[in-house]
Amino acid sequence: MSFRIVVLAKQVPDTRNVGKDAMKADGTVNRAALPAIFNPEDLHALEMALEVKDRIQDAEVIVLSMGPSRAAEIIREAMYRGADKGYLITDRKFAGSDTLATSYAISLAVTKMAPFHMLFAGRQAIDGDTAQVGPQTAEKLNIPQITYAEEVLAVDHDSVTIKRRLERGIEIVKSPFPVCVTVHSSAPVCRPRHAKLLMKFKHARTITELQEETRDYTSLHNERIYLKIAEWSVDDLQANTELLGLSGSPTKVKKIENVVLQHKDSTVLSASDHEIEMMMKALISSHVIG
Amino acid sequence: MNNVFVYCEITEEGNVAEVSQELLSKGRKLANDLGVQLEAVAIGSKLSEIAQQIIPYGVDFLHIADDERLFPYATLPHAAILIKLFEEKKPEIAIVGASSIGRDLAPRVASALRCGLTADCTSLEIGDHTEPKTKQEYKNLLYQIRPAFGGNIIATIINPDTRPQMATVREGVMKKEIVSDAYKGIVNNLEVDSYVDEIHFIVKIIERHIEAQKINIKGAPIIVAGGYGVGSKENFALLHELADVLGGEVGASRAAVDAGYTVHERQIGQTGITVRPKLYIACGISGAVQHRAGMDQSSQIISINNDPAAPINQIADYTVIGDVSEVIPKMIKYYKLNSK
Ligand SMILES: Cc1cc2nc3c(=O)[nH]c(=O)nc-3n(C[C@H](O)[C@H](O)[C@H](O)COP(=O)(O)OP(=O)(O)OC[C@H]3O[C@@H](n4cnc5c(N)ncnc54)[C@H](O)[C@@H]3O)c2cc1C
Ligand SMILES: Nc1ncnc2c1ncn2[C@@H]1O[C@H](COP(=O)(O)O)[C@@H](O)[C@H]1O
Repeated sequence: MSFRIVVLAKQVPDTRNVGKDAMKADGTVNRAALPAIFNPEDLHALEMALEVKDRIQDAEVIVLSMGPSRAAEIIREAMYRGADKGYLITDRKFAGSDTLATSYAISLAVTKMAPFHMLFAGRQAIDGDTAQVGPQTAEKLNIPQITYAEEVLAVDHDSVTIKRRLERGIEIVKSPFPVCVTVHSSAPVCRPRHAKLLMKFKHARTITELQEETRDYTSLHNERIYLKIAEWSVDDLQANTELLGLSGSPTKVKKIENVVLQHKDSTVLSASDHEIEMMMKALISSHVIG
Repeated sequence: MNNVFVYCEITEEGNVAEVSQELLSKGRKLANDLGVQLEAVAIGSKLSEIAQQIIPYGVDFLHIADDERLFPYATLPHAAILIKLFEEKKPEIAIVGASSIGRDLAPRVASALRCGLTADCTSLEIGDHTEPKTKQEYKNLLYQIRPAFGGNIIATIINPDTRPQMATVREGVMKKEIVSDAYKGIVNNLEVDSYVDEIHFIVKIIERHIEAQKINIKGAPIIVAGGYGVGSKENFALLHELADVLGGEVGASRAAVDAGYTVHERQIGQTGITVRPKLYIACGISGAVQHRAGMDQSSQIISINNDPAAPINQIADYTVIGDVSEVIPKMIKYYKLNSK
């Protein structure tokens, strides 16, 4: 029996390195100014999946992403790092999905891959920091979840034992399969694998990408099936469109404001003895300290 | 209209978690704004004394699920209880702490109930809404306000059509306030077996090492916080010295924690704790939005920074342009000279 591992990976704007041009004058985010990257904690999730694969015979790692056709970039990146196969859920009808609608679509795709043993996700995606899609997908699939995983302590064909990182400590739990595991950034980061993989998957493409290529990949892709990154649409998933996109998303954004610094009238001092003594005296006399 | 619900997290010591106490206070206010009642849910083991801790926050109904299998927290049984209880009671609003537990539990519950959930809110308010397209009017929705996009924007989220309106909030964001020790609330002991099944216990907890919270930064009136600009672990000792002299605690930016100058428990900001002390002394902290999110409510702010253009200076009452290792000893010296 082969052991199937699915990893959820999202392409996100790099919100950690937001430059001055990242916000437009109207207070909205200028996505074009932000590079699109592999969500950092999803790389930890991929690493954990690959470690499980190393420890189990016959295991395969499948990467699943939902997003615009461009998100195939991170699926290819996952392949260079050791994933065996990739799927992209992509359709205009998914646009505007919140975490509930996203987890619905993802759960349909994962069901199509059944039977699977483990479903990995990052703890959270840096564009929203919600940490909801993992647990919500687990609920939709009616499988247990292990959140904030830091280390796989043991795994065989029947169960997995995982160390979780909590606010004030750790917990070790054991679950049968299938199970959803969300991975914390304290877990090991994804090591680059062999350059051989890069060569092997260099020409992996989705159908949409093929249509934009000048080179003809038809025979190559027919010969090497693994180079096909399958795209799944709403129809492929037989999804209920009511539960997708804006209509399937109970949360609505009412308002967005740019974060503006309220300027205070700051008293600017030098580090001279005199000025620091003045400050300390003022704080004491106004009872802020003392 | 139906009631406001708060999930009460139970600590290792068997008490109601700080964050839940804070949410009970917020829940009371929201219930008052809506003219409804406040209900709380406590799930755990040996909870016979818990009502005394919860009801004084102004709780009208407290639902208790007390069973030895329900502590320590595990996702499936706690989720099963909340889901069924919410299906029965149909809360208008349900709030949960944005802790390791709350962020594990709330999405599971929201998914089962197909309702909206907003994580890590920094403010919750009641307000109206008109749908721009349909002109449909909604009265008294929960505005779930939170930073998004790495803290670069503040978004107001609403759930017009689904109930409960769910949100999580981090510890320290809301203020806790007891209504009255004599507040009268009704306790409802749940029949646990009608809420959970054997199947909910398939994930086994094998081992746990949880430390009691030792550092109490949130309660400190004065916080001396260090950033990457402090430069070393040794220099961080200077901050402890100043904090001791002033009767405060030491906090840190994420960059300082990442650099190993101090422990994660001291991190202040969006992914750390939120504080609002009387005095916040930011030492070698640039003032990234994620950091400011956790401290900009401080009554007074002093920034010590060798860069006059550091963003933190714009929200500071005093800006000392200089080197941390030079300024702090002087502050200690002149405090001792002038205080009585
Ligand atoms: C999703 C997300 C969540 C985050 N959450 C948090 C959070 O919760 N809390 C948090 O703090 N950060 C958080 N961050 C990180 C945040 O963006 C900043 O990177 C971080 O706050 C910077 O820390 P810093 O000010 O100490 O370091 P820096 O930005 O490197 O600033 C150092 C400052 O020290 C000054 N300095 C240098 N040497 C000296 C000296 N000798 N004397 C005086 N001044 C000196 C410099 O001028 C500079 O202003 C988060 C980031 C992301 C993307
Ligand atoms: N569009 C998506 N495609 C694939 N995986 C996703 C997507 N959105 C979220 N995830 C997964 O769910 C995790 C949590 O995301 P979030 O709830 O958005 O913080 C991420 O780290 C991913 O593993």
